[in-house]
Amino acid sequence: MSEIPAARPRPFVVTPGPHLRVSETTSSIMWWVNASLAPAALWGVVVFGPRAFAVIIASMAGAVAAEWVGTAAMRRRSTVADGSAACTGLLLALTLPPLLPAWAAFLGGAFATLFGKVIFGGLGYNLFNPALIGRAFLMASFPVAMTSGWSNPRPWFGPHLDAVTTPTPLAALKEYGLEAAARLISGPGGVTGLALGFRPGSIGEVSVLLVALGAGVMLARGIIHLTIPLSVFAGTALITSFSGAPLLHLLGGGLWLGAFYMATDYVTSPAMRSGQVVFGLLIGVLTGVIRLWGGYPEGICYAILIANAVVPALNLWFRPRRVVAMGSPS
Amino acid sequence: MTTLLHPGPAPTPRQLILNGIFAENPVFRLALSLCPAVAVTTSVLNGLLLGVAVLAVQVLSSVTVTLVRGLIHPRVRIPVYTIIIAVWVSAIDMALAAFFPALYAQVGLYVKLIVAFAIIISRLEVFASRQPLVPSFFDGLGMGLGFLLALLAIGAFRELLGSGSFAGHAIAPGKPLLFLTLPAGGFFSIAILMAFFNWIEARARRGREGSAPAPRAAAGGTHGV
Repeated sequence: MSEIPAARPRPFVVTPGPHLRVSETTSSIMWWVNASLAPAALWGVVVFGPRAFAVIIASMAGAVAAEWVGTAAMRRRSTVADGSAACTGLLLALTLPPLLPAWAAFLGGAFATLFGKVIFGGLGYNLFNPALIGRAFLMASFPVAMTSGWSNPRPWFGPHLDAVTTPTPLAALKEYGLEAAARLISGPGGVTGLALGFRPGSIGEVSVLLVALGAGVMLARGIIHLTIPLSVFAGTALITSFSGAPLLHLLGGGLWLGAFYMATDYVTSPAMRSGQVVFGLLIGVLTGVIRLWGGYPEGICYAILIANAVVPALNLWFRPRRVVAMGSPS
Repeated sequence: MTTLLHPGPAPTPRQLILNGIFAENPVFRLALSLCPAVAVTTSVLNGLLLGVAVLAVQVLSSVTVTLVRGLIHPRVRIPVYTIIIAVWVSAIDMALAAFFPALYAQVGLYVKLIVAFAIIISRLEVFASRQPLVPSFFDGLGMGLGFLLALLAIGAFRELLGSGSFAGHAIAPGKPLLFLTLPAGGFFSIAILMAFFNWIEARARRGREGSAPAPRAAAGGTHGV
């Protein structure tokens, strides 16, 4: 009487490649990015209060809702769970002024995923950074709210004020010159305040230290590399070193957030290291040019969007060198 | 060129008009004359004025060309068409300037540009120069109506969402989405409406699947203004 032998480990397993696997997936990377942004986002809520929290929640809700509706309408596999839409919404919120109405943030988040990503075919096919598409859309649609919604850090020791609108350091620099900007940041601790994040600004850009901490986590996990951020800083330093306030330019705006979190987006940055250097330098120089001679106090958003448009060309110009010459027998 | 030019029974006037409005809508299906469709559609009234002007020029030019087509040497047909269009554009231009001076002040520049609109000369070339008077008249009417309705739709979309008003009457307070009144918003509006048009077309085709051959799916050329 023959019997089916009990299952036991087979000595040889024959399967098609690939055979080397890592546990890392697009989804796990995205959630790591989100987690690394959390400290800076929480800091924004602590410094600017509940309205900043409302902006963050609304922007993320808009991004996720648009992703869900968009993929459903196009009868594609839903990609809400991979965290990329939440990441877009969070990144967008961190670039927004804290006093922006929450419904505008929702609209911006929805526009960012729908027209920044889903329209192009979903994650991996977009030409431009979706979060910055959302920000550019909000800039064009609500110019007043987007440029006057800045609030002072909440005074922790002193009379309670609901919210005081005030220019950001870069806006003060643009409008009133170097002295006004210096006075603004010399208030609660000068450059220390600038680095610690007690200053008016976008929700996520104020604490350079916490952005750097999140970036450190991503660097340690190998999610991003230093090539692009360092090139961006170099470009900005190069062009603003002639302006008299290079430190303010390096610490004062959204440069860190943009350099570490938006310029390094896999989909919208060049593939080769050499191309990434050119890409980063272009962003840095354009940021400086827009800040010094352009119409806006901050230029990192448009700088990255313009550089995104150049990426296909950079991928053509900087290609991997062939190890074996073409035509030779392989 | 045209699906209606294939051999078979001659198209009826109703078919020709519907063809211009839906199957071969100049803006949404042929993607011709997108420049004015972006430029003048910040409000419904601007779109209406330019649409009426194009409708008149298209019908009059089509009729003129079909009447004189026997006299035109094929080698010089394009300059002759252009002159015919220019004659009618000048007449319409002066008429609009006389009767609607306020609106004309805003879109006058584009009324003069109708001479170079791709949709008009392409209808003369592919239809009016080969067809008798009556079909040419209805083809021009359909194309003009299609262009007019497209401009009205885009203008209404942009004015409602961009300025919160309709035909100059405020509906919503403030400006809801200023973005749509900007040139970039014009491209987005046309793209959204074109996607909507394609979606309706796809649904309609799915409804009559098998009974009729599928029409050309994608929008045509993007040349011209």
